[in-house]
This record gives sequence, C-alpha cells and structure tokens, in this order.
Amino acid sequence: MIKLENIHKSYPMGKTSLHVLKGIDLHIKDGEMVSIMGSSGSGKSTLLNILGMLDNYDEGTYHLDQTLIKDLSETKAAQYRNKFLGFVFQSFNLISFKNAMENVALPLYYQKVKRSERNKLAIEYLDKVGLKPWAEHMPNELSGGQKQRVAIARALITQPKVLLADEPTGALDSTTSYEVMKLLRSINEEGITVIIVTHENDIAERTDRIIRLKDGRIIAKEKVDV
Amino acid sequence: MFDRDKWEEILHTISKNKLRTFLTGFSVAWGIFMLIILLGSGTGLQNGVEDTFNDDATNSIWVYGGQTQLPYKGMKPGRYIRFDNQTYSQLKADVSELQESSGRFYIPGDNDVSYKGTSYNLGVRSVHPDHQLIEKSAVIEGRFINEMDLKQKRKVSCIGTLAQKALFKNKSALGKYIEIQGVPFKVVGIFEDEGGENEQEVIYLPITTAQMVYNGQNRINQMMFLVGDAGIEESRAIESDVRAKLAQIHNFSPEDERAVRIRNNVESFMQFQSLFDNIRVFVWLIGIMTIIAGIVGIGNIMLIVVKERTKEIGIRKALGATPWSIISLIIMESILITAISGYIGLVLGVGLIELVSSFMPPDTPFFKNPEVNFQVAISATVILVVAGTLAGLAPARRAASIKPIVALRDE
Repeated sequence: MIKLENIHKSYPMGKTSLHVLKGIDLHIKDGEMVSIMGSSGSGKSTLLNILGMLDNYDEGTYHLDQTLIKDLSETKAAQYRNKFLGFVFQSFNLISFKNAMENVALPLYYQKVKRSERNKLAIEYLDKVGLKPWAEHMPNELSGGQKQRVAIARALITQPKVLLADEPTGALDSTTSYEVMKLLRSINEEGITVIIVTHENDIAERTDRIIRLKDGRIIAKEKVDV
Repeated sequence: MFDRDKWEEILHTISKNKLRTFLTGFSVAWGIFMLIILLGSGTGLQNGVEDTFNDDATNSIWVYGGQTQLPYKGMKPGRYIRFDNQTYSQLKADVSELQESSGRFYIPGDNDVSYKGTSYNLGVRSVHPDHQLIEKSAVIEGRFINEMDLKQKRKVSCIGTLAQKALFKNKSALGKYIEIQGVPFKVVGIFEDEGGENEQEVIYLPITTAQMVYNGQNRINQMMFLVGDAGIEESRAIESDVRAKLAQIHNFSPEDERAVRIRNNVESFMQFQSLFDNIRVFVWLIGIMTIIAGIVGIGNIMLIVVKERTKEIGIRKALGATPWSIISLIIMESILITAISGYIGLVLGVGLIELVSSFMPPDTPFFKNPEVNFQVAISATVILVVAGTLAGLAPARRAASIKPIVALRDE
C-alpha cells in the first residue's frame, strides 16, 4: 500500500538547513496497522506529514497504492488527500461552529456530494462510532473521547485507503485511549490501513508493527507479539 | 462557483460567526453611510445658496442713488444724487453693454392695498416691462406690465399669487379693480416668484402711471440692468462705465464711491460659484478618503478573519479542500457581506437625507433639497465592494497557501 524509498527531507534554518529525514525506507502492506514511535525531534511528525501529502520531500520516492506521490500541485494533493487518506489529530481539529454531523459530512462536501446525501452518510458513520444521538451537538458539548470519535468518523466517511493518526490518544485519559484504540482496530479489521504516530508504548503495543525512529533514521521495525 | 451548496456553506459560516460578520458589515455600511450623508449635505448646501440667487436674474447690475463724499467742482460733499427718467434713458443709450433694463419709483407713503374695503399692507413697485426678466417673475395668468401701459399711463397692475390670495381669497382676480392709496388699478396679470413669500406679495404698476398719480414727477429711485453673459471682469468694467457716466450726468467725482451705490450680482454669483466648486472638490476629497478608510478597514478585518480561521482552513485543506475552494469561500463570503451591508448603508444614508429634507422647514437658509446622485451612490458602493474584495484577496490567497501542518500545529 505504502512504499517509501530513501526519503530525505530537510528544512532551511536561516543559512544552514536541518536534515530531518535521512533516508527512510519503509513498506507498509495493505490492511496493516502500524505505529511510528520516536522521541520529539526524531522526525516522526515530518514522516507522517509526508505520508499525508501535507508536506513535500526532497529526495527518494513515495508510492501510495502504486501511484507516485511527488511534487504534487496543491490542488492535486488536495484531491488525493480527499480520495485516499483520512486524518485523525491529537487535538481533534473539529470545526467549532459546525455540529458533529456537519463536521463528519465536510469531506464529502469537497467531493461534491449533495447535502441530504452527505448528511445521511454522516449519521451512518456517527452510528458506527456510537455517537448517533450526539449528531446535533456542537464540538464544545462533547467529551474528548467523543470528539475523537467524531474525528474518526469524519476520517472514515470518504472510505479512505489509509487512516493517518497523529497522537490520536495524546489528549485522552487511558480508559478513553483504549476505547479509541479499540475503535481504530475495528476499522483496521474492515481492511483500512492504519498508521499511528505516538510516543506511548502501551498504545504502540496495540498495533501490528512498531517502527522506531531516531535522528531521522529508522532504527527498528518490530513485530508486536500478541 | 454559483452552486447552491457553496452558498449554503457560506451562509452557514456567516450565521455561525455573527460578531465577525457584524464588524465587517458595520465598517462597510458606515463608510457608505458617511459618504451618502456628505454628498447629500454638500448638495443641500449648494441648492440652498443657489436658491437664494433664484429670486433675481444673476447677470444683473442694480444702481441706487447715494450721497457724495468728495467735494467736486466747487460743490460741497453731502449732496444727494437722485435719478430721473432722463438719467435712465441717457445711461441706457451711452453704456451699450446694458441690455434689458428697468427703473423703480418708490411710491411715497404706506403701501396699503385694498379690495372692496378690506386693505392689506403689501409691497407695491412701479417698474418698466423688462423688470419681469430682471426679477424673474413668472406670469401664470394674464400678462405683465407692457410698453403700451407705460405710454398711455394705464392704471393696471400685475399681482403676486400671495397678494391675490390675500385680496381675493380663492376667487379670480383678473379684470377686478384694487385700490392703492385710493387710486383704482385694474388687475391684468398674476405672477409667481421663487424668491420667497415676500416676493409673491408684491404688486407691480407701470412706472409712468405711478410717477403721475403719486406725484413723483420724473423721479426714479433705483435702476436695474441685465448685462447678458458678461463675466466678472466684464461686469466690473460695465460697473465702472456706469459710475463714470453717472458722475458726468450728475456732476460728482468719478472717484466718489458713495455718490451712487452699485450692486453687481454677477460678481457675487461668480464668487459663490467658485466657492461651490471648492466645496464640491472638498466633499469629493472627503468622500474618497472615507472610501479608502472603508477599504483599509475591510482589508484589515479580512486579515484578522483569515488569521482567526487559519486552523479551520488547515482542517478544510487536510480534508481535501483545494486552494481555489478556500479562496472562493473567503472572497464570496466577503462579497456577500460587503454587498449587503453596503446596500444597508446606502438605504440608511438616503433614508436619513430624505427624512431631514422632509422635516426641514422650507425656509431654512442656505440649505435646500439635500439629495444624492443615485448613480454616484451606487458606483461608490460598487467600488467599495470590489475594492473590499480585492483587499480580502491577498489574505485569502495567503490563507490558501497555508500548509495544513502549520495551521494544525498545536499552540
């Protein structure tokens, strides 16, 4: 599903530049659930941004579902993101003036799906994450766990091939974290590839494989023993 | 660009962000409102002052007798200069620039005018036929005094509409006889005058008749002339010609400023005209400044709006919004807000001006019919909307180029 070969990325910092990713080779199979771990500054967020087409890379190749993702125009990247990827963030990133249903329906708006159609689908996906009764609630009326489940429903509504989660449990207590992980696992079992960036071991242990990053290099790819 | 979904999205965003919408809208509405008020009162002021000139023809020179100040050819100062029929005809013959002309003989005693025993104090003026042009009297019934009346010294009169109302109530006046100091005059005409109520209470008589029946011999108290389309310089030249000619006829020093009084209406009208050109430029300048302030205000608010929405834009982009869809979302929202609030400002401004003009007493000096050129008002609104949009374009483009990661980074 995802194939990275010799990815390099550096950020200009005044006169010098900061070499963040120093040759990443990574292969993630269709339907895998993978976590990326590393301390801050290890390049894990940068890697996720490149995977999410939110950032460009300098060197190497990135194939997503056999499509080469390189030097995309903003418009093209937006279309690919909408079509292939779903995002889940640490701080949920729900739009505060839209209710749960409208938030979930938003990606379909960018696919030009009709309003009634997308609202119907949004309710369906909210039901899937167990939040159907909260469809009309605004984000500030929901708990952290509920917000993250709304965000997951939003990420799933476009039926993406890959779900990218950046510290999805970072702002949640451990009980809620486990519930979210359970939800992500059930999504994975439906065939969606899930990639989670985290620095929490107990979260990473709930995935199939842990990829450890340090100083811009992959230092370990461990299978998790169940 | 005009699909219903997009508008629903925009209206939804607007309805959920009322304060932001109100602030943007208010600055636009205020700019247009102020511009309309400014332009309207500028026009009102101009109409008002031009109206005070409407009473009489503006291209006229009026001459009154005075008292000498300087000794001349052995004569002491302090002599009164009095005009007569001969002065009038000689002056007319010798100063060729003087075109239509009229004298006025002031009837001595009170101006009591009566009809069937009831008398009113009205203005009575004895004049030449050209007086109609000089005073801009519009005859609405019958005729004005004519040459025949003067030649035959007929006892006829042309009366103002308010004089008619006072004397005859609402009945017809033509052919009836009014009495002025016991002498009957036949009413041959009725006129209107834009110079206000006093001017409509006037009764005009042939000057020769008045000189005869009121024992005026050949005296004339005041002479009035039209000078065609003479400008300021020419009218000044005519003025000094007239003074020189009168000095010759009546034996006073041409240097003597007080011997005769000359009122040059051309000069004062032209001065007002240039004053108004300046006021108009001034009003426009302020108007343009107001628009610029409005544009800067919109640009500023758009900047804040984009800043405030950075995170939202980042989320939208992560969910698949293209840069163009972000730009058009922001721009169309700003067009919608500026257009509607610009229209509100327009309506409020025009409404206030209409209100003021309908509640203002009609005799308010120097202010009349404040009004706004509708085309100007509309184009100002359109300019503000377009400029506001352009001002919003830069921040919108910046917003569209924000990288989602930057926008979504936690603070």
